Amino acid sequence: MDTDRAESRRGVVERTWRPAALLAACLAIWHLITVTGMVEAYLVPSPARTFGLLADKWSYLWGHTWVTTYETVLGFVIAGVLGVLVAVAMVYSRTIESTAYPILLFAQVIPKIAIAPLFVVWLGFGFEPKVIVAVLMAFFPVVISTVTGLKSVDTEMLELAATMGGGPVKTFVKIRFPAALPHLFAGLKVAVTLAVTGAVVGEFVGSNEGLGYVILQANGNMDTPMLFAGLIVISLVGVLLFLLLDLAEKLMLPWHASRRGAAVTTLLAKGGS
Amino acid sequence: MSTDVAATTTSAVEINDVSVRFQSKRTEVTAIQQVSIDVAPGEFVSIVGPSGCGKSTLLKLVSGLLKPSSGTVTLLGEQVRGPRHDIGFVFQRAALLEWRSARRNILLQAEMRGMNSAEAGRRADELIEMTGLSGFENALPHELSGGMQQRVALCRALLHRPRVLLMDEPFGALDALTREQMNVELHRVWRETGTTVLLVTHSIAESVYLANRVIVLTQRPAVVKEVIEVDLPAERDYSATMARPEFASATAHIRDLLGAVTGQD
Ligand SMILES: Nc1ncnc2c1ncn2[C@@H]1O[C@H](COP(=O)(O)OP(=O)(O)OP(=O)(O)O)[C@@H](O)[C@H]1O
Ligand SMILES: [Mg+2]
Repeated sequence: MDTDRAESRRGVVERTWRPAALLAACLAIWHLITVTGMVEAYLVPSPARTFGLLADKWSYLWGHTWVTTYETVLGFVIAGVLGVLVAVAMVYSRTIESTAYPILLFAQVIPKIAIAPLFVVWLGFGFEPKVIVAVLMAFFPVVISTVTGLKSVDTEMLELAATMGGGPVKTFVKIRFPAALPHLFAGLKVAVTLAVTGAVVGEFVGSNEGLGYVILQANGNMDTPMLFAGLIVISLVGVLLFLLLDLAEKLMLPWHASRRGAAVTTLLAKGGS
Repeated sequence: MSTDVAATTTSAVEINDVSVRFQSKRTEVTAIQQVSIDVAPGEFVSIVGPSGCGKSTLLKLVSGLLKPSSGTVTLLGEQVRGPRHDIGFVFQRAALLEWRSARRNILLQAEMRGMNSAEAGRRADELIEMTGLSGFENALPHELSGGMQQRVALCRALLHRPRVLLMDEPFGALDALTREQMNVELHRVWRETGTTVLLVTHSIAESVYLANRVIVLTQRPAVVKEVIEVDLPAERDYSATMARPEFASATAHIRDLLGAVTGQD
């Protein structure tokens, strides 16, 4: 038991030190570029100045971060629920699938930044247009991954279910949907990062709050330290939401995580030998 | 007419003049042509034949997962018209749900059927004990060996005490030694439960060791080439059975038949 825990702690160190080292290297390069004067300070502020500003203006940034996070999460949740429902409908009805696919694809390829102004015209400067853009961004990967997941179920498993006589609802609840969860989570992870982009794009187009607004303002004032600070906070929001989903996946699908872990270990063992 | 009724009441499975044609855009494949097979209640029948001749198709017909193009299939006195629930099915791949433990995979059968859960639990434990899975109830499928996974699939197929068990190359993916063990276990389970079994297999030794009768099919379109009555005692010790002259002659005969069949074209 104790060795297990030590093992897993060593695993965490093993997994985190490389990305941490890379991050430190990037910061070091950023620092060097600014202190040597290779780039003018008004174009690229030093890390010290950027993080100093982050600390100084924390309460100002916090308010805007909250707005953007709210829009992102709301958009993501709506996209997740709608996406799963549409995917289920598409998998169970060929008519719905053939009808919905072209519309979905059209909605996906249309540049969101180009239609975002329309939502502002329709819905004003509130949070609604941002949420809608976030939904539009996040919806497609959820649908595609859920459809793939629901279709990935073994035909033999479905034939067995037919001989067990549980009916379509039980088959869906006990077999099809759980089997689709790993795919669904993969889609959700992509979706949540896109939802952040969607919310920020919505804010760019017309708003008086949110991190997109902060960046736009900073840009107008040639305030590059604030611009950098805004970018850092946006990235942190995205990374944090992604990690939350990753954690949820590990908690909900321990069987999948452990299997994936096993596969990776065997691959590594093979590569090492 | 009256003889028909008599026949259906005495057979567990009655395949009557059945043909199956698969139609695709370009071709039409006749998988099974006018096959008739009768299986008595409690009987163990093995089906052997060249690969692709239509053995899996035959089991799907009996379970109602597939409809015949012509002819009728009668299961336990009732004509098969759609998926039947009064059977147990075991496929070559165990087809387990990877997020469920061994025991909960077995209990899937009960949940889908809405069986009483306390009784199903007792039955599951009994089967786990019978198939030597004790100690692995809570293991996930990927933590089990191929043989154990197949045992779980067998337990799942037996949970609701089906009167007919259909098995499609259940041990095809196992190594020779595990396969022998599974044969011995299946033989014991069959003797204890009295279930009617239809077993599709590629192993001639397995087909003879386990069965009362072996049905040899020809290459596609499959017709019944010959039915071999296995003349061995009901109680079959593995190595003693292998050593019997009746066993040797039966396997040699089936090998001949299959060789002759595949040598035709
Ligand atoms: N759904 C289907 N559509 C079209 N053709 C099919 C279908 N299912 C089976 N067949 C064809 O019917 C024939 C018999 O298939 P079947 O799976 O019953 O063979 P089998 O005897 O079980 O073979 P094997 O021993 O390799 O498992 C094959 O030629 C196959 O190509
Ligand atoms: Mg087959």
